[in-house]
Amino acid sequence: MSGALLSVEDAVVDLPTPRGNLRAVDHVDLAVGAGKTLGIVGESGCGKTMLSRAVLQLLPKKAKLSGRVMFNGQDLTTLSAEKLRKLRGRSLAVVFQDPMTSLNPVLTIGTQLIETIQEHLELDLAQARQRSIELLAAVGIPAPEQRLAQYPHQLSGGMRQRVAIAIALSCEPQLLIADEPTTALDVTIQAQILDLLAREQQRRHMAMIIITHDLGVVAGRTDEVAVMYAGRVVERAPTPALFKQMRMPYTEALLAALPKLDVAPHTPLPAISGRPPDPTRPMKGCSFSPRCRYSAGRCTTEKPRLSPAETQEHLYACFHPIAAGVGA
Amino acid sequence: MLQAASDPLMKVENLVVEYSVGGKTIHAVSDVSLEIARGETLGLVGESGCGKSTLGRAVLQLRQAVSGKVLFDGHDLTTLKGEPLRKMRRRVQLIFQDPIASLNPRRRIGDIVAEPLVIAGVRDPEERARRVSDVLSAVGLDPALVSGRLPHEFSGGQCQRICIARSLVLNPEFVICDEPVSALDVSIRAQILNLLEEMKARYGLTLLFIAHDLAVVKAVSDRVAVMYLGRLCEVGPSEQLFARPAHPYTALLIEAIPVPDPDVRPTQSVPVGEPPSPIAPPSGCRFRTRCPRADARCAGEVPELRVVAPGQFAACHHPLI
Repeated sequence: MSGALLSVEDAVVDLPTPRGNLRAVDHVDLAVGAGKTLGIVGESGCGKTMLSRAVLQLLPKKAKLSGRVMFNGQDLTTLSAEKLRKLRGRSLAVVFQDPMTSLNPVLTIGTQLIETIQEHLELDLAQARQRSIELLAAVGIPAPEQRLAQYPHQLSGGMRQRVAIAIALSCEPQLLIADEPTTALDVTIQAQILDLLAREQQRRHMAMIIITHDLGVVAGRTDEVAVMYAGRVVERAPTPALFKQMRMPYTEALLAALPKLDVAPHTPLPAISGRPPDPTRPMKGCSFSPRCRYSAGRCTTEKPRLSPAETQEHLYACFHPIAAGVGA
Repeated sequence: MLQAASDPLMKVENLVVEYSVGGKTIHAVSDVSLEIARGETLGLVGESGCGKSTLGRAVLQLRQAVSGKVLFDGHDLTTLKGEPLRKMRRRVQLIFQDPIASLNPRRRIGDIVAEPLVIAGVRDPEERARRVSDVLSAVGLDPALVSGRLPHEFSGGQCQRICIARSLVLNPEFVICDEPVSALDVSIRAQILNLLEEMKARYGLTLLFIAHDLAVVKAVSDRVAVMYLGRLCEVGPSEQLFARPAHPYTALLIEAIPVPDPDVRPTQSVPVGEPPSPIAPPSGCRFRTRCPRADARCAGEVPELRVVAPGQFAACHHPLI
């Protein structure tokens, strides 16, 4: 895809395990442009985190990646460790689910921010300190100057995630990957952090990838959504188009299985029966077919390719897509 | 404080739970009263640190109360000790959030589910085997296939089924579910919620369902209680409470839920700020530091739970209805 800031082309990630090869990411293509937000949605084990690790070139040592990860015209898979290190933190930043594990517990907030800034930008200590204070203020941390001297454990979960975001934003990255940034947080704090990310993304004209298991999180805050299942992207569309007309039965089932506030209590939930397939046992057909109520014929013998629906932007991998006007 | 429960099986009266950490007192549960009717599901929602899990544990006497009563079927559990308490506990069971961590990794599923029977003194191995087999089938597992296996051979959703089986094997009347689905994926969560509903009907259970997710709570609860920093903010019938919340905190929680619909723009009105520390909770109404309606009275006077609509109670000086 031309013009995109980041494009992942035919990425495959294989992980050796005692039970055999685990294909975590299975021929994935994705792209995100400057100033755009892409949501990647899926359940645990669907490969969404491994995919983001592949983009960041932070895969486990044993993992094997094939395909290309084009960022700003260069293939990250061919860059040296030194060049990658310069790129990460500077142009490519990441916010993880649990800020307690991404922040260093024995260093003050100030040290961690200033270190990152000085590593990547030509600023002296006073300038870096000043920039840190501005960043903490920008992410909504009260009394930012005093916070510089505090340690991560002295802050609440929400405040820690704000610090992690401040560090991620500190060098004006072109792409921010937020991997389940609010899953560890309470719902009122989640809304604040998502607002903060959206605001900073707009203001800085960054590209952003939000990885989440929650369709609610991507609905109002992304331009495009990719739904992953068993290592593959099974549906991809501009966000409004996706929610207007889901074509892939898995996407529909995932949305239907969510408890909703406008449904009366004790209404049985349309659950998806069974569970995701074992990723060390590759399936011949569609990996969702054992759980799919539309499964028939070649679903179990042939893998559906990700192909366009009515528009070139809306892609799905299904032999029996939900027809327009039917379904969710 | 009576709350519209005609035949209460569980009655919590003015319960206070505090514990000290590093010489400081944490006010985990402050003067909470609740009633749960026989056959009812009461949902208890609130954010982390609001005291909802502590309340659940204090009901089971796993956490000692400073004051207050926990009346189960007329017996005050806080005054019971030893054998009488153990006997009563067989009728009250608990399901935890992390299903994998709550199963002993070195024991076989059949033994794990049989253990409550052993403790309760069911000596006949055949009777134990029969009851384990019945309850495993009830939760949707094949006893012949799973009994001899170890927890690590099962997924999170299956482990939660095993935990539910273990909690039901003694035929309890009252089950406290503490965040039973929050560690599970969406597709599995729906299965477990449906299973809990089935089990409730099949075994005639009364449930206290603790969770932070309002939509999950609404899906299973007849009535919902909202907690903030150790105090109850609001109690009412599920539908009514979500349609017309009276407490500003309940309204905030509802507003903050991300809706899976791109046409519903996320509100930018969620107030800044975070819950204050339970070590030094604000005076008066504990929510006042984040409340858009707070005034001087809220700082000076603790609001009592008052009727705002039939069956609906709110502890607020300036309720929304």
